[in-house]
Amino acid sequence: MLPVSHYLILSLALFIIGVVGVLTRRNVIVILMSIELILNAVNINLVVFSRLYGDAAGQAFAVFIITDAAAEAAVGLGIIIAFFRNRETVLADEMDLLKW
Amino acid sequence: MLDKVIFYFFAAIAVGSALLMITRRSAVHSAIFLTTTLLATAGIFLQLRAEFLFIVQIILYVGGIMVLFIFVIMLVNLDVAAQQIQYSRQKWVALALALALAGQVGAMLWRAGKLPGQGLLVRGVPAAESLPPNAEAVARSLFGPYMLSFEIASLLLLVAMIGAVVMAKKKV
Repeated sequence: MLPVSHYLILSLALFIIGVVGVLTRRNVIVILMSIELILNAVNINLVVFSRLYGDAAGQAFAVFIITDAAAEAAVGLGIIIAFFRNRETVLADEMDLLKW
Repeated sequence: MLDKVIFYFFAAIAVGSALLMITRRSAVHSAIFLTTTLLATAGIFLQLRAEFLFIVQIILYVGGIMVLFIFVIMLVNLDVAAQQIQYSRQKWVALALALALAGQVGAMLWRAGKLPGQGLLVRGVPAAESLPPNAEAVARSLFGPYMLSFEIASLLLLVAMIGAVVMAKKKV
């Protein structure tokens, strides 16, 4: 195993790329995919520390995060389909029904 | 040595395709590049001897969630969206804030690496041969101390399933 810092920097890079994707893109589907990328970066951290301490609890947490990602993707994509049916758009800044 | 080669190979693929994912115009291309990133991450899990998560990542993330994404991209007509501007107006502020965050966490990592003897980065790692079988270890953890969390997660999946069905119905 390499020094932990290598994995942490990889995880940080993926996390930041995900944050940039969430904050800058207009397409809601790409934003959801960026959120998946962020969750994935967190998983790398959990698995690295699980390996470092020889304790499988970190991997159990990673399983929970994957479960969460699946639930979030299912509901989020359902919302996107429902919204697209009503407003014919997938761009985040045109979803302004609650804007005053 | 082999560990190093494998790590850098998968890390380069993961970061490169993640960058491509957030810059492509077509959502289908983004989905393909996200799939590549997830597969590369699965390789890194394997390099960390997390065999169970490696296979869960491939079956669940790549085989389940990404197929769902591509299915929705097919249902939602993206031809119009691909013609328009892809980045929102706050993109430069957002980029600066994200880089500031990266600098902050990076500085923290750099300082943690220099702490003598007590930092996170200087601990003896158990040898790969001494680890118990991975799936068994994860199962002992999941069904032992985290049993309640496991049940809550299954409840969450049930709620999400109902929510997805209700959301995607013809008449809301």
